[in-house]
Amino acid sequence: MRLYSVVAAGGFRRYATYRVATAAGVFTNTVFGFIVAYTYMALWETRPRLGGYDMSEALTYVWLGQALLAACAMMGGGFEEEMVERIRTGDIAVDLYRPVDLQLWWLAGDLGRAAFQLLGRGVVPMALGALAFDLALPGSPVTWVAFLVSVTLGAVVSFALRFLVALSAFWLLDGAGAMQISMLAGLFFSGMVLPLTLFPGLLGEVARAMPWSSLLQVPADVFLGKHTGWGLVRAYAFQAGWAVALLLAGRLLQSVATRRVVVQGG
Amino acid sequence: MAETGAERAGRAETGAERAGRAEAGAEWFEEAGFDRRSRAVEGVRAYALIVAMWVRSTLAYRASFVMTAAANFMVTAFDFVTIMLMFTHVDALAGYSLPEVALLYGTSATAFGLSDLLMGSVERLGRRVRDGTLDTLLVRPVPVLAQIAADRFALRRVGRLTQGLVVLGYALVSVDVDWTPLKVLMLPLMVLTGAAIFGAVFVAGAAFQFWAQDASQVQHAFTYGGTTLLQYPPAVFAKELVRGVTFVVPLAFVSWLPTLYVLDRDYPLGLPSWAAFLGPAVACGCLVLAGLAWRTGLRSYRSTGS
Repeated sequence: MRLYSVVAAGGFRRYATYRVATAAGVFTNTVFGFIVAYTYMALWETRPRLGGYDMSEALTYVWLGQALLAACAMMGGGFEEEMVERIRTGDIAVDLYRPVDLQLWWLAGDLGRAAFQLLGRGVVPMALGALAFDLALPGSPVTWVAFLVSVTLGAVVSFALRFLVALSAFWLLDGAGAMQISMLAGLFFSGMVLPLTLFPGLLGEVARAMPWSSLLQVPADVFLGKHTGWGLVRAYAFQAGWAVALLLAGRLLQSVATRRVVVQGG
Repeated sequence: MAETGAERAGRAETGAERAGRAEAGAEWFEEAGFDRRSRAVEGVRAYALIVAMWVRSTLAYRASFVMTAAANFMVTAFDFVTIMLMFTHVDALAGYSLPEVALLYGTSATAFGLSDLLMGSVERLGRRVRDGTLDTLLVRPVPVLAQIAADRFALRRVGRLTQGLVVLGYALVSVDVDWTPLKVLMLPLMVLTGAAIFGAVFVAGAAFQFWAQDASQVQHAFTYGGTTLLQYPPAVFAKELVRGVTFVVPLAFVSWLPTLYVLDRDYPLGLPSWAAFLGPAVACGCLVLAGLAWRTGLRSYRSTGS
């Protein structure tokens, strides 16, 4: 356990060293926040209470999306590129010899990264958004804590999904295609392009039931106080259920993959 | 600085100097201002050669190319899917119908797609400054900008361009416009103008990375952010934002001004309709400024020395 907390701290520190990149990311998230916020305003002016959100809730949703984009890695970006590269070069064989669990090792590092991204790239855009627009920020500290728990679960689901994508490199060798498909799914089904409550009919139902909704839609609804009491428990169970199922799938795939590992270039 | 032609002429020519006369001749040409055209031609030629090389290497893995180009098409298509999803809830966005928004989207996305295909690679400059591989490009007798623009030329970006063209095609058949010769002429003009303006943004962004090497994300705010902004009617945005992208970073000339002319709509800032025709001049101005920024950046470059 101590080992994994050290790895997580390492993941945090590693991303904390890229100060200019973090500032640049904050700038970009803020610019996009403004652009998207104005388009939502035009939409909600015509249709107040669209998708069950009022105007300020919809604007809050926009800025939550920008704040969580890097932390929950909706467009990818994190350990998976490095892991695919290690599989491609064969360095993964060295990792498999180590007396640590491969999946937990990468999970710890990625959670450290997510924690940094939430602080480094989440807080400032959210604060700027709150200054420029009338946002629906939770009054009760309990809601903030509930939100952080949901974000943590979302980060684990995000990791579990990307771990599966990275493992596909054992078969595909080139992970670029799988990573791109994963990025597309993350962008669309997390609710990053539009809240999933606005997706029509069956598409909406399917989108809300898929694991990606754990990355933004669920944490955002917790933040906006849409899930309370048993509803909150159900939301957590949904996220935790996907996390466990996907982590187990990753574990299974990992054992299949390591049995057929071919060290390249050796 | 090298000795001038007058100094050289004042001395007797030695054997070694005679051998170097061809080079000195080239220098004289440069001093006399003949370099501009030939350097530009040389740059375009080198760009084409490097691009051809990357295209050949891309097409060696055909299945991979088709997949990545399709993914590129899809990821940008989501922008338009978002707009279509919005229009399942409303009939008009800030007073604009779906075909009208599609026209804004199509022109902006096509212009950006063209620019991204041709110049998008320059955003890799920061990485090359960091790892020191920019030095390799500096010692080659070819303009650095041409090399960096062609660096790892990503043919898959035709996916993005195709997506823009598809939406533009849809917009043109469905939009209700009284076409005049000037309006028809405006279409190719605005796509080329837009591509040039985005190209200037790409070059200026790359020049910025000479100082802030990790800041390629800042560039994304102006490139990807810019094209996202232009896909919606200007009436959606706050006046200050519209002013900013009209007079400071003149992205408005990519699609807003020319498209609003085609649609017979007034520009929110009350600019006259002929302002739509200033696009090419604005684009030239942007390119000159971006070129100056690039030269300043390149001159200030110090290698990492690793």
